Amino acid sequence: MSGGDAIPEFSKSKSGDGHEVSLTNLSAFASGPGIKSGKEVAAILAVAVIIIGGIELALRLFHVPLYIMPPPSSIAYALFDEFPLIAPHLGYTLVELLSGFTIGAIIGLVLAAVITQFPFAEKIVAPYILLLVTTPMLALVPLLILRFGFGYTPRIIAVALAAGPMVMINAATGFRRVDSAKIALARSYGASTLQIFWKIRAPMALPMILVGLMIGAIFGLLTAVGAEMVGGGFGLGNRLTTYSSMIQMPQFFAVVLILSTLGILIYVLFFLIGKKWASWEA
Amino acid sequence: MNTGDARNPKLGVQAATKIYHTASGDLLALDGCSLDISANEIVSIVGPSGCGKTTLLWSMSGLHSLTSGEIRLDGKAITGPHPDIGIVFQEANLLPWRNLDANIRFPFEIKGEKPDRAWIAHLLNRVGLDGFGGKFPRELSGGMQQRAAIVRALALKPSVLLMDEPFGALDSFTREEMNRLVEEIWLDTKTTIVFITHSIEEAIFLSDRVVVLSARPGRVAKEYRVPFARPRSLEIMATKEVFDLTNRIKMDIVGERTRPKAPERPSAEIVRIRP
Repeated sequence: MSGGDAIPEFSKSKSGDGHEVSLTNLSAFASGPGIKSGKEVAAILAVAVIIIGGIELALRLFHVPLYIMPPPSSIAYALFDEFPLIAPHLGYTLVELLSGFTIGAIIGLVLAAVITQFPFAEKIVAPYILLLVTTPMLALVPLLILRFGFGYTPRIIAVALAAGPMVMINAATGFRRVDSAKIALARSYGASTLQIFWKIRAPMALPMILVGLMIGAIFGLLTAVGAEMVGGGFGLGNRLTTYSSMIQMPQFFAVVLILSTLGILIYVLFFLIGKKWASWEA
Repeated sequence: MNTGDARNPKLGVQAATKIYHTASGDLLALDGCSLDISANEIVSIVGPSGCGKTTLLWSMSGLHSLTSGEIRLDGKAITGPHPDIGIVFQEANLLPWRNLDANIRFPFEIKGEKPDRAWIAHLLNRVGLDGFGGKFPRELSGGMQQRAAIVRALALKPSVLLMDEPFGALDSFTREEMNRLVEEIWLDTKTTIVFITHSIEEAIFLSDRVVVLSARPGRVAKEYRVPFARPRSLEIMATKEVFDLTNRIKMDIVGERTRPKAPERPSAEIVRIRP
């Protein structure tokens, strides 16, 4: 109840369903893996078989040396054969990714929720957040290693620094989506600021938060692997540099395959969460 | 100027004045607007666009404070949202991430009360939404969404229901249906209703009294009694009385819109129409 109420004419400019939401950010979900028919899946698999088979055939036909490009069959074999040796490194990378991402995501979410409550502060902070989002955090890894050594610490910090701003910038977009009619509805029943946050603002922001978490997780994976390539004797990134220095290309590509699978799993995970909890938007 | 029980109104608006402070300067939305609404009365408020109808309603709801003046519910000044006042907003304003049941539970959650299941079931049945509790708003038509919003507004058994152009986004057939539904609910609950609308026909069909606001700044320009017995049938809408009344109100509103400058405060007059 302040003197500075907004003029209650907001609904004039709104679309029919009462909330002005851009779906562009969830369009990635809309065309995601869950919506494919059996026929489409068959076609995708057929294309994969043709491409992989074609590569295999061409590499063998032209006797391409193993160190230039190993045939898919040798990559598959290396994946099975070498997996017991790669598995612990997968574990290290997952530890870095999960802990760094959790730290970054929590800080990003809290900052987004707080900062969007204060439009003035948000304006001041915005350029710095943009700086954090656009700076490749990998660049800081040598510095972090200098300060924290070759253990987990610099990598986890790098992952948190990469994921946090991504989560924050998307979550902030979500929290900024104020629908004054819905807030008025809650207020008409005497809702407190906290109730308005948990029952109106947070659910409204959820689709954008999920997008931010997905992008943050993928950036985190990128940064974790990059940091592992810079220094330290463990992790999937370290395997990449090791195998390539020993010209063990089938094993190298086996690791690449594991990394792509990780990326896809992250995407599918958030796609499924989005479908369950944010499908009201799409 | 009030025709209801002037000494003891259900909802009393006394010299309500509201100034909005906007970037382009102060905006006088309401200027000494006074209006009394009796218990069990249905009053519609019509007026030119931007005349302050919605501002007046939001002030009645306690969601907006007045710059000066007072709104009294049962003689007590309203200083904030009041549990005895329910609101139906423009468009349904349902929460899209909740299904119908959860939307109707929302007021109880905010208040930390147990939902009155029997009453909600009665209301859902009354508006014809039996069995739709698990549906999400996007799965329902505009009319059904607005019915759900009415159920939500009535769920806490308010004694006053404020309706802010609730059916403006609906097609005219659905609108007539909804108007009849509002009357049915009124016959059932006798809830005092304040109804804002752009449609004069809707106002006449529903109301005991139609209040015409002046162009901004909003004041009560005229009041008309609509003396038809309830339940009303759509046939009355074709009578000469309604036709004449519609035209008079239309002329009032057009006159308000084209009036060059707000003159001295006009005294409201009451026109009686014989059915």
